This record gives sequence, C-alpha cells and structure tokens, in this order.
Amino acid sequence: MAEAFQFELVSPERLLLSEQVIEVVVPGTEGYMTVLAHHAPLMATIKPGVVTVKTADGKPDSYVVFGGFVDVTPDGCILLAESAVHVTDIKADELQNRIKDAKEDFEDATTREEKSRAEDLLGQLTTLQEAIKAA
Amino acid sequence: MPSLKDLRNRIASVKATQKITKAMQMVAAAKLRRAQEAAEAARPYSQRMAAVLANIASNVDGDDAPVLMSGTGKDDVHLLIVCTSERGLCGGFNSQIARLAREHARRLLADGKTVKIITVGKKGADILRRDLGKYIIDHVNLREVKQVGFSNADEIGHKIIGLYNEGAFDVATLFYSEFKSVISQIPTAQQLIPASAIGDAEPETAGDAVYEYEPDPAAILGDLIPRNISVQVFRALLENAASEQGARMSAMDNATRNAGDMINKLTMSYNRQRQAQITKELIEIISGAEAL
Repeated sequence: MAEAFQFELVSPERLLLSEQVIEVVVPGTEGYMTVLAHHAPLMATIKPGVVTVKTADGKPDSYVVFGGFVDVTPDGCILLAESAVHVTDIKADELQNRIKDAKEDFEDATTREEKSRAEDLLGQLTTLQEAIKAA
Repeated sequence: MPSLKDLRNRIASVKATQKITKAMQMVAAAKLRRAQEAAEAARPYSQRMAAVLANIASNVDGDDAPVLMSGTGKDDVHLLIVCTSERGLCGGFNSQIARLAREHARRLLADGKTVKIITVGKKGADILRRDLGKYIIDHVNLREVKQVGFSNADEIGHKIIGLYNEGAFDVATLFYSEFKSVISQIPTAQQLIPASAIGDAEPETAGDAVYEYEPDPAAILGDLIPRNISVQVFRALLENAASEQGARMSAMDNATRNAGDMINKLTMSYNRQRQAQITKELIEIISGAEAL
C-alpha cells in the first residue's frame, strides 16, 4: 500500500481540497510530473492543465487549474492555483473565453518575448481544451 | 408651536425612516456574514503564499531578486492605492480611510516627494478629489461588482505592475480598512512595492534537504511576486467589503435607535399638547356656563 501524504489545492477564492492522498499529477511548466510521498522538496510553476489526485482510499479525482505554483515540502504538497475548478464544473464557454483572450494577447504582443509567452499560453489552453473534450 | 397635525405627520415620517434604517441594518448584517465568509475562504491562500514567498526569498540572493522586491533604490514618487466603498451610509468608514491616505499624502508632499493616487471605489474618490484631485491618476470602478472576485483584484494588480514597469513610481502603498469586529474597523496602510517586508511568516524548514526549483528560483520569484501583489489587493478588497458592511450595520443600528428616541420625544410633546387642548376646551365650556 502506497504511503499517503497531505495535499492542499488552494485558489485565491477558497480552499478546494485538503486531504490525504497517495499520488498527485501536476502540470509543471516544464512538463507533467507525479508527486508521491517523500518527494524531494521542490517548487515549480505550473501551466494551465489538469491536476489528477488519487486520494488515500484510492479514488481518483481531477481539477482544472489555470497557472500557479506547486510547493512540495517534507510535510506535504501545496498547490497555489491562480484559479481552479473541479473537472465536472468546468464550463466550455469559460475556456473558450480564455482562449479568445490569449489569442488577442498574442495578436497585441509587441515584443518577441511577449509574443512567445502568449503563444505558449495559447498552446497550453488548446491542449487543455482537447484533454477535457476527450475526458 | 407646531400644531397637532404637524406633530402627527412628523411622527409618521420618523417612523418610516426608522423602518428603512432597520431594514438596511438587517441587509448589512446578512451581507456582512457573506463578506466575512469570503474573507475567511481567501485566508488560506494568502497565508500559504506568504509562507512560500518567505521560503523562496531566503533562497534567493539579493542580486537575483526581481526589482519588484528590491525596489528601484529611490523613493521619490509614491503611489497611493486608496480602497473605499462604492456606497455611502456606512458611518465613518470611507472618511477614515480617506483621512489616513490624505495625512500620508500631505506628509510625503511636505517632504518634497511626488504623489500619485489611484482610487478604488467611488466614495474615496469623491472625498479625495476635493483637495488632492490633481494627484489622482486613475480610478477603478467596482460599482457593478456584487461580490469581489480575484479577477477584480488581479486587474488592479496588473495595473500597478504595469505602471511600475514603466517607471511611473518607486513606492506603492495600499490603503484599506482592516476588519477587526462589527464595531471596530481599523484603517490600514500597507506597503506593496518594494515588497521587502512581505510579512512575518517564518520560512518553512525543508530540513537539510536542498530545495529543487523548476525553472530557476529567480524565474519563480519573478512570477510569484506580481501574483502576490494581486493577492494582497484581493485581501484588502475583501477586508474592505467586510468592514464596509460592519460599519454600515453599526451606523444603521445607531440611526434606528436615534429614530426611536425621536419618536418617543415627539409622542411626548404630542400627548402634552393634546392634553393642553382638552384642558383649554374644558375651561372655555366651564367659563361659558358660569357666565350664564
């Protein structure tokens, strides 16, 4: 039996989840990663994506997050999301709006740096949309 | 001396006012509960944010720290962000915040600094426009916002950071009212930029293990600090919302009580006058009867 650890998912508006979990998959900026108990202390930024958790009683659960940070400490794992919703509560038009915003940002971007950042975000959002559609 | 009819009308009108203030008090009490819940729900995020920031800040050298944290090295231009309510009838709530901001601005101006002001909420803008109008550079309208969300705060946060990156100011201070209890709201000034005094959260000890960062610490910090500013603004807005309702509740409670006193006083003089009139009529009848 895998060991459980404390996982918290917080958005600025509320605490979404605070539970003992076995495994968490977070969308790191540089790729998805799985956090298990006794993970080395780590801090990473995350991109828009799906967070999958497996609670101590073995139930899987998913949340959609839009950017933020994950902080892994010896005591547990904290995910500070810019905004987060349960995967069943996500509305297609909300995602649609975000994609539209990202597209506008991309078109308005003046410097190359801004342009590439906007493009990244756009790409991440589209992938996310496809992932949700498939689910 | 007002006539009996006038008194009756006045009593009726004070009663109507009392009903209104009573209703407003009850509405404020309900809204206060909601605002308090929202403020409480947001607390874990800002606490954890402070812990994470303290954690990472202790791992980044001064040279790597982003400018938002270290400041521009000057303190010539000050930006004051004054958060107040959109609606009145809440006692001294708005004027207290405005007074604190005004004193701060005066002190800075006396020291020869430049002052710029961004107002959030109509009431504060109205008060400050009178004497500091020429320093107000922007106004954020939250009139249509029923429940402040993070996106509102984020917008203000981005505005501030945008101005900072343009070099429009060196130091930013946030003014809002901290919610202590229904009867006590404390106007507070909080320095946002430079964010050196990020709070008193102790860094979490990661044991002896070395923290890994992905990407590098400076990049994370560069992303985290702007977000922290939005979080601070969000917290201030929520505290403000709770304080506003608390202040309104006690103001309306006072008003209701005052109306009650007034009704008592008016009823007393109404009764006295009615009695006087009866006595007068009796005297007229008696003296008329005696004359016969």
